[in-house]
Amino acid sequence: MSDDQITVTIDGTEVQVPEGTLVIRAAERLGITIPRFCDHPLLEPVAACRQCIVEIEGMRKPMTSCSTKATDGMVVKTHLTSDMAAVAQRGQLEFLLINHPLDCPQCDKGGECPLQDQALAHGPPDSRFIDQKRRYEKPIPISPQILLDRERCVLCARCTRFSQEISGDPFIELFERGALEQVAVYEDEPYHSYFSGNVIQICPVGALTSTSYRFKSRPFDLRSTGGVCNQCSAGCNLRVDTRRGGIERQLAADNMAVNEMWNCDKGRFGFPWVSHPERLQQPQARGSLLALEPVSWHGALTTAAEGLQAALDAGGGDAVGVLTGGRLTDEDAYAVSRFARDAVGTDNVDFRLWPRTDDEREVLAAVAGAPGPTYEDVEHADVVVVAGLDPEEEVPILHLRLRKAWRKHGQRIVVVGPTLGTMSEIAWRWVRTDAGDEGRVLTALATGATTGELQDEVAAALGGDGEGAATSVVVLAGERLSRSPGALPSAAMLAQRRDAAFAWVPRRNGARGALDAGLLPGLLPGGRPQSQAGPVADAWDHVPTAPGRDARGILEAAAAGEIKALYLVGVDPVRDFEDPRLARAALEAADTVIVQDLMRTETTAYADVLLPAAAPQERVGSFTTWEGRRQPFPQALPPQRLQQQDWDITRQLARALGADLGWETASDVRAEAAPLMDRRASVAERLAALESEPLPLATAPVPPLEEGELEAVVADLLLAERSTLLAGADDLLATARTPSAVMAPADAERAGVGHGDTVEVRGPGGAVTLPLAVRPHVVEGSVVLPGNALEAPVGTLADPDDPTGRLRVTVAAAPADELEESA
Amino acid sequence: MSEPISVLTQRYDVPDAHTLAGYERTGGYQSLATAFDQAPTDLVSQVKDAGLRGRGGAGFPTGVKWGFTPRGTGKPTYLVINADEGEPGTFKDRELMERDPHQLLEGIIVSCYALESERAFLYLRGEYLWPGVRLEHAIAEAYEAGYLGKDIKGSGVNVDVTLHYAAGAYICGEETALLDSLEGRRGQPRLRPPFPAQAGVYGMPTQVNNVETIANVPHIVQHGVDWYRSMGTEKSPGPKLFCVSGEVNRPGNYEWPMGATAREIVEVSCQGMLDGRELRFWTPGGSSTPLLTGAHADTPMDFEAIMEAGSLLGTAAMQMFSDRTSVVEAARNWTKFYEHESCGKCTPCREGTFWLSQIYDRLLEGRGRSEDLDLLDEICDNIFGRSFCALGDGAVSPIKSSLALFRDEYEHLIAHGRLPDGIEAHTDAVDRNSGHGRPEQLVGA
Ligand SMILES: Cc1cc2nc3c(=O)[nH]c(=O)nc-3n(C[C@H](O)[C@H](O)[C@H](O)COP(=O)(O)O)c2cc1C
Ligand code: SF4
Ligand code: SF4
Ligand code: SF4
Ligand code: FES
Repeated sequence: MSDDQITVTIDGTEVQVPEGTLVIRAAERLGITIPRFCDHPLLEPVAACRQCIVEIEGMRKPMTSCSTKATDGMVVKTHLTSDMAAVAQRGQLEFLLINHPLDCPQCDKGGECPLQDQALAHGPPDSRFIDQKRRYEKPIPISPQILLDRERCVLCARCTRFSQEISGDPFIELFERGALEQVAVYEDEPYHSYFSGNVIQICPVGALTSTSYRFKSRPFDLRSTGGVCNQCSAGCNLRVDTRRGGIERQLAADNMAVNEMWNCDKGRFGFPWVSHPERLQQPQARGSLLALEPVSWHGALTTAAEGLQAALDAGGGDAVGVLTGGRLTDEDAYAVSRFARDAVGTDNVDFRLWPRTDDEREVLAAVAGAPGPTYEDVEHADVVVVAGLDPEEEVPILHLRLRKAWRKHGQRIVVVGPTLGTMSEIAWRWVRTDAGDEGRVLTALATGATTGELQDEVAAALGGDGEGAATSVVVLAGERLSRSPGALPSAAMLAQRRDAAFAWVPRRNGARGALDAGLLPGLLPGGRPQSQAGPVADAWDHVPTAPGRDARGILEAAAAGEIKALYLVGVDPVRDFEDPRLARAALEAADTVIVQDLMRTETTAYADVLLPAAAPQERVGSFTTWEGRRQPFPQALPPQRLQQQDWDITRQLARALGADLGWETASDVRAEAAPLMDRRASVAERLAALESEPLPLATAPVPPLEEGELEAVVADLLLAERSTLLAGADDLLATARTPSAVMAPADAERAGVGHGDTVEVRGPGGAVTLPLAVRPHVVEGSVVLPGNALEAPVGTLADPDDPTGRLRVTVAAAPADELEESA
Repeated sequence: MSEPISVLTQRYDVPDAHTLAGYERTGGYQSLATAFDQAPTDLVSQVKDAGLRGRGGAGFPTGVKWGFTPRGTGKPTYLVINADEGEPGTFKDRELMERDPHQLLEGIIVSCYALESERAFLYLRGEYLWPGVRLEHAIAEAYEAGYLGKDIKGSGVNVDVTLHYAAGAYICGEETALLDSLEGRRGQPRLRPPFPAQAGVYGMPTQVNNVETIANVPHIVQHGVDWYRSMGTEKSPGPKLFCVSGEVNRPGNYEWPMGATAREIVEVSCQGMLDGRELRFWTPGGSSTPLLTGAHADTPMDFEAIMEAGSLLGTAAMQMFSDRTSVVEAARNWTKFYEHESCGKCTPCREGTFWLSQIYDRLLEGRGRSEDLDLLDEICDNIFGRSFCALGDGAVSPIKSSLALFRDEYEHLIAHGRLPDGIEAHTDAVDRNSGHGRPEQLVGA
């Protein structure tokens, strides 16, 4: 579409639209809705349903407005002014209805069905069809969470086009021909897609329905509230539909700047945990028998405050550690951040429980609070460098944007790292590195000190005056990059040298907000160093002067008895921390463990006080996307029982400690937090400012592997059975990819194992057994492990005393007894 | 008065014309040298000046269409020969390929040269096994003798031919569905624009031409525009193959100049209608062209005159029916065909043919209602011009025209529950034709 404006006349009214606009879109600008079924604004036109027929002056035949581009001076008459169009449209509706079962009274779509609505508005009042309708078995499952009723299908090909064009999972197709044409899936290949729920939403009839919502409700009995997905940092806008205090379903809400009109299945179907029996329903504290017992909020907060006070009395602020995960809202993150510094007086705070080297701080500081590249910047970039990130598994909607850019304008996507992940379809070049060696390669790309043809080619594409050099580049650095020494700084430097936009793309929805809120030692909100507290110093009573301990430091100090009280907000160190043994030791050793969370977890067993928190859908708040975009959301339903919002619990805990943080509502928190969490300087400016104290780039090569050893690359899967936030979402989990170890063919051959074998992956600290996938998209010398989907936390494989954070494993056929067990 | 001619069929009676030796001996491959001496664009002009019109059904001027092919794009250009020949009543391409396959290959080579294309795909109807055998043999011989492949006979011209057996669906003869099918997908028509000339096979510039169209090309090149225009009419020049079938004494393919009349062709070439039968209705160009009656027998068979008479020349497949045959049954037979062959992509054709077919079943089972005739007519109107491709338009041709021309037979059927006296019922034959009856899902419980 170009910027040139043209003028068309529709039903007598002139409208100006950009050249290339479809007639149906031009009509929408005038508020004229031409009936349609196959048309969808984000899918290529097929003009199959023939519902949108209009009359165009000078054209011999009736035209489909969804496939006809408006031209300058075109005169269009829709059904509103053309009898021909009105008659044609009525005729198509009559056709669509002859084979339609008209079982609206038992159809989930009834009440929000485009076929129903348009039949009412434009259709004939009666059917002239007295013959036999087509019959099919109804419904048939096409995946564990989608049912297909072929009788209701109008064969608009929206679902199949979505799968081909948008998600790129062409496992759902039209088969057969004539009146027997039907949507179907392949016998030997299931409909596997992380985005399958979208086809339910865009199906213009009740042909595709969701197993979990089937027969649950009528749309007019639902209460719909906007929402923001709490499953990953993509920040998809949602519509949360509730009824009688429970969530019935979640849909993607339109936001063209973020998720366009899509979301992923995890966000759509992953809500049953909200009403799961494992939810923490009321405050608990250890009673006289040392078991957790229900107590009042007042009792729980008092006990918690006493525990904190005892620690403070014993060792001051240094004797308290505060950990959060990556799941809190921005308001909560800020509240906890200030609580730690002001009410407790400690800088022992951290939200990063993932394994990491210590060199990420400057980069995170530069990112914090600054507007980064947006989805649109990513879409329009010529070249995107992806490192330490597998968007489809970690931030699915970002994957859809990249795929769109690849499809629409051939975006060159460069993957740097030991694995290509799920990017094989859209990646332009894969710059292979050994696991842990990403930093050196990124540095080489930045400085031009590349080796080999591929690296040279990529370096040339990244900038300069050479042929094919990009004019806009975005560097996307994932959480995983923090594991490799110097890698995150190198990625940032690459962006800076190549004039590229830089984004740090964490996986969890609350990670960016936590960073912006300063939930890590040594940093204040907005990425301010302690020495430049600026407005934070005015807002807070107490600004720490020296960096506190990070997550590992806090747990080590707790295990050693130096930290006596732990305040854990929305975090499960036993499951999430790289070294679960250390986590357990810390929890056992600490005098007071205050756990504030949504669900029962492995950590809650160690709690002295349990403070139940409200789910995002049960409260107001905001989440910050990986772009740095804050998106507020309203409350969709009341808390299940006695849960409260995290910031509010934290506020009351401060009160119980004798500190008044001064807020009474979430708006108060936001009003205070917003100016502190946001900073005007862009990431690029702040990275440039770092030139004076150069980033700690990677220089040392990875130490060589021993014979038979492989470097483990830990990459999380989108859908893992043990995720707290997937509890109860059984249909969704049934579509999860099989967690497997993935290694290169040559390594598999050397290890004497093959694709599909069950293997034992053994590290210095332990072993896990899982199926093996042999794929060429992993470099030799590395094995990819599904971190969040292993039976034991991946950290149990590591040597607890190895400070490098490196995990080296061997892979061998599983011993026979384990094979039996797994069979 | 026209006379039968022998241009495309000139070797039909030469027993070894299908071999390279037989073909060369009878003057074959002589247009190549003439063609290669000229600039490709000059050949396009010649074809344009000759007034050659597509023989695949639509009658679009071939030279004009060739002119749409972009040149110098840096992309390969492809020529696709449409040999799917699916239109009911049509069997002209089959005989052309069986009896004189080299004539087609010569046409392909010259056309490729004109289009600056180095590869032609021959999309051959899957059931055409015998033509396939002949073509495979001819292609092999042509390669062997250097008429195909690189540097044809030292001219520097390269042409490769790929023979592709088609998927067995009528819709795959529609040029864009053909392209999808050729690329290995389900054959369903593509949205236009882009037109194949811009983006056809694998998105490359592509010309799709009928077998008979291409077979004309070497003759134009070799004998010139004036000679070509000496046959046929001003706007529809050249020789034409007429496939005559039905209740005539000698059905078959007959070559006449454009503009010969049905009466001439049937009387002279077919030795008239079967004994004691009178021409009642007929298709001038296959079942997708509206029916004409005995009164139209003297209409010249060229694109303009037939159109003026209310029909289309189509593929020039003349299916001749007598006063003993029911037009309602014939329409039912064709409707079953279209119902079966509708690709399913668009609503009107998919649902409309399904509905029409059931109404015809009812009519012929004696369960017709008086409102059914208007209903048939209106369903047709809702299909015609509103469908995605021309299959839908074609499907309603026999219905609309038979309703207009023979409404009395329909009315008799509805009033009496049986066909008029003197008309023989062929119910079983029609059922057999539509295969093994309607699939279970379509019958209802
Ligand atoms: C349903 C349908 C079936 C067709 N089948 C054939 C066919 O079998 N052979 C053919 O040459 N053209 C067929 N056509 C016409 C082609 O679309 C196209 O117009 C033709 O191949 C162009 O060649 P021409 O210009 O040489 O006639 C068919 C068209 C339709 C709509
Ligand atoms: S299942 Fe729904 S979306 Fe898919 S073709 Fe049928 S009506 Fe369209
Ligand atoms: S992509 Fe992320 S934000 Fe969007 S629906 Fe999925 S989990 Fe939620
Ligand atoms: S008219 Fe429609 S359904 Fe019929 S063959 Fe063409 S595209 Fe397919
Ligand atoms: S909406 Fe235009 S044809 Fe379906």
